[in-house]
Amino acid sequence: MSIKYPYNPTNHLLHVLFEEQQRAHFISNNAIQNISKSLNLPHAQVEGVVEFYAFFHREPRGQFDILFSNCTSCGDAWLRQRLCDKLNVKLGETRSDGLVSIDQTSCIGMCDHGASLLLNNSLTITSLTAKRIDQIVKLVESSTALQEWPKHWFDISDNVHKRGLLLTEPFQPGSALKVMIEHNPPEILNEIIVSGLKGRGGAGFSTGLKWKLCREAIGDAHYVICNADEGEPGTFKDRVLLNSYADLVFEGMTICAYVIGAKQGFLYLRGEYRYLLDTLNATLQKRRETGLLGGNILGQGFDFDISIIVGAGAYICGEESALIESLEEKRGIPRIRPPFPVTQGYKEQPTVVNNVETLATVAKIVLHGHHWFESHGTNRSKGSKLLSVSGNCARPGIYEYDFGVSLQEVLNDVGAENVQAVQVGGPSGRLLGPDHFNHLISFEGLSTGGSLMIFAKHRDILALIHNFSHFFAHESCGFCTPCRVGTRLLENSMSKLCNGHSTAYDIDEIKHISALVSQYSHCGLGVSAAHPILDGLKYFQKSFEEKILKKEMEPEFDLDSELSEARAITDRDDPGAHL
Amino acid sequence: MSQSISIDDIEVPFESGQTIMDAALAAGIYIPHLCHNPCLKPHGSCKLCSVEVNGRSVSSCTTKAEDGQEIINNSEKLNKARLTITQMLFIEGNHLCPTCEKTGHCTLQAVAYHLGMLDGHFPQFYPKREVDASHPSIMLDRDRCILCELCVRASRDMDGKNVFAISGRGTDSHLSVNSPTGKLVDSNIDKDDLAVHICPVGAILIKEHGYEIPIGCRTFDLRSIAEIDLGDVKLSEKSQHNE
Amino acid sequence: MNKIRIATTSLAGCFGCHMSFLDIDERIFELLEHIEFNRSPLTDIKHCDICDIGLVEGGLCNADNIHVLKEFRANCKVLIAVGACSINGGVPAMRNHHQLAECLAESYLNGIGVENPQIPNDVEVPLLLNKVHPIHEVVKIDYYLPGCPPPADAFMKVLGDLIEGREPSLPKTMLRYD
Repeated sequence: MSIKYPYNPTNHLLHVLFEEQQRAHFISNNAIQNISKSLNLPHAQVEGVVEFYAFFHREPRGQFDILFSNCTSCGDAWLRQRLCDKLNVKLGETRSDGLVSIDQTSCIGMCDHGASLLLNNSLTITSLTAKRIDQIVKLVESSTALQEWPKHWFDISDNVHKRGLLLTEPFQPGSALKVMIEHNPPEILNEIIVSGLKGRGGAGFSTGLKWKLCREAIGDAHYVICNADEGEPGTFKDRVLLNSYADLVFEGMTICAYVIGAKQGFLYLRGEYRYLLDTLNATLQKRRETGLLGGNILGQGFDFDISIIVGAGAYICGEESALIESLEEKRGIPRIRPPFPVTQGYKEQPTVVNNVETLATVAKIVLHGHHWFESHGTNRSKGSKLLSVSGNCARPGIYEYDFGVSLQEVLNDVGAENVQAVQVGGPSGRLLGPDHFNHLISFEGLSTGGSLMIFAKHRDILALIHNFSHFFAHESCGFCTPCRVGTRLLENSMSKLCNGHSTAYDIDEIKHISALVSQYSHCGLGVSAAHPILDGLKYFQKSFEEKILKKEMEPEFDLDSELSEARAITDRDDPGAHL
Repeated sequence: MSQSISIDDIEVPFESGQTIMDAALAAGIYIPHLCHNPCLKPHGSCKLCSVEVNGRSVSSCTTKAEDGQEIINNSEKLNKARLTITQMLFIEGNHLCPTCEKTGHCTLQAVAYHLGMLDGHFPQFYPKREVDASHPSIMLDRDRCILCELCVRASRDMDGKNVFAISGRGTDSHLSVNSPTGKLVDSNIDKDDLAVHICPVGAILIKEHGYEIPIGCRTFDLRSIAEIDLGDVKLSEKSQHNE
Repeated sequence: MNKIRIATTSLAGCFGCHMSFLDIDERIFELLEHIEFNRSPLTDIKHCDICDIGLVEGGLCNADNIHVLKEFRANCKVLIAVGACSINGGVPAMRNHHQLAECLAESYLNGIGVENPQIPNDVEVPLLLNKVHPIHEVVKIDYYLPGCPPPADAFMKVLGDLIEGREPSLPKTMLRYD
């Protein structure tokens, strides 16, 4: 089965639900019923989607709906609390007058800008300070329309501090396509294969091989998907690529389509980057008008178009098969693999899913040839890597290095001092201490999708690990038992530890659960969910040991607070009313 | 040419396209499982059927058998992992066996007996989940749901109705009913549907038929879920860690 | 030889486990050659001395349950969780579906047949916990004896093993949660 070309994204369930959420501030039962009728989808499927994605709500949200990032780099619990206190609203709740709701959300990709928040699921305010929080409070309390808010609050700069292979020279839209049409698809495929390009999302699968498998797979239609669901905390390189290098990315998608024989492509944009949508659509439109996209591209009889689908707050949709499920208007549950998307992807048809950075690199390889690309990087990791650097350093932002750069060199360049730890590749990557700073960044060494979060000596390492375990429990799709229950148990165990109620027994339990979750989970989220804890236990053992109580066991819950409701009901406060 | 795999050193033949679970079931080898039923498309969510193939953990219900695979099934390590997973299922829901009509016929309970489970080990989640008693002859008690999706698949693929779906995510995942009100009474479910009878636990029950078979004569009073018995159960929790 | 000293208690339970224990009938005489009862509803001794084995029926629903459980853990070398309620909260944990205030209101204010509605608040009455909990969430448990109740034979088997100095175990036929 294939879909109608070109695909019209207006009626995509995620988009229809977004409009409804914006209009009514929640998705009512009635709305679900109407939407399921008008889109001809089962009622339970629409409800399932509403309740799966974090940006849709079954209870009314405020006229101003604020989602504060809880990322270790772009979140700030103190500022968040200040906002809650000043607006007199509890975290996770809507104020009784319906004016405002405040909640937390996973990393929104603004780590180079400090504390940040999402406003009404469509705007982003970065660089928050106490002063700006107070200004926001005033604007909210006075019900000031968003158009009246200071425009520059919503500006988001790129912060590119080091340009390499990919970013140094400006890109002329169409220049790679013009080279492409001089060659037939097998020749272009060969160029990508011999370049040695590996996927930049983290897994490092050969891009050329993926394309080859997809090209050879039989189907009614082939699809190319650009995975712009950049959800790994600490990663924001795709944000920058889409903001300033969108043509490069779209051109990479077009080249892929040419090779695999696709007519339709999708850019799956994370909901947190919705503010980029209009510009991206304008770029697509301009490409259509200049013959770089749509029917008969560059007069060569090659048809290909791209539609943008915007996600709604689900980290798991960065997993390629979950992303495809989401594109198919379903909950983002990773599929059983095999079959892989290259043979049975979108609508069961052969599909390539590539990272934003991978596709941008493809366009450059076609433009300059594989020799140009191969001459950079290491033997087994060709080319360059964009690093999103954040946390405790003087100059957070984007740094492009050839593969093979040492962690220490990066730390020097970004102005990081007194470094206690670096989270390489986000929470699903590695938590490393100074003993590892001489390691080299590459697929064969320190592999990373691009996130580099730096933690100075004053940071509480256990609190950071707790933050990451919360992240995984919040983002687990819930499909398989080990991840669904295990990530929640790990989060609870880390809370107990951070609250000073853990013993050596609890640490054993954490190890035991971590091993199980890593080994038996259905997809990569579960497999990597315990990484920060396991690395913490290995490299920051002292922090754990200092925190644990030297006794056999501590209760799993606080005994005295377990009497709180009864105390309130009976009005008792005598010694017998406490434990 | 005939193909075979080995499961715990027993040679098991299989036909192309069969999974490890298919081959094991055909050969009468028990691999613990909850979300698998041979008449439905494999799902791979409960993870109880994890086995080791050449040293790697895979779900046997979703992994194709391939000639020459050496599979470990009934090992201490795997049974400990399965026990922990079973305990996870118990503590995330409200599985109070003495209060449940399905007791004695419950697959979750039987698997737990098989694995020698004594307690839930972890702190109880005690979730608050909705009961749907709206239907005159079918009862839906989400407290006991283990999210195996057998009913979802049976309704969709066998009954051709699509009555059930999963909603929410993570530990908030829950069974939802495909009707305008979300209530069973407003769906097109029928008490003869396979979806009603396939529930391995006491989440979906036919009303007015509880406790018809006396204690001692119920399904798992009479036989173990497996042919294999793992021996007497040690009553100590201490030895139950999966390393 | 000194007799093995055993303490028993029922926390948030129904005493059914104790009743089932007593279902060992005349075998209790055989047992009493090896054991003696300390704190127990059977002896009406109110506090534990140092004991070899503690049998705890029931889960934790109030402050007093916590005190008793702690006393058992402090005095018993081996502590055994007996029955469904001690292991996962059991029937009393069904109240966890509701807020404590709702439960009290139903029992003492709005329930059918309530006269002179008031929620007890005397200092002599132990306060209820927000939720009912299994006992392993508060103290370390050495052995678990599931069942609602565990059959008399299961008590005999476990105590027999302990008396003989063996690691206690149950045949699968005696492993039941109901």
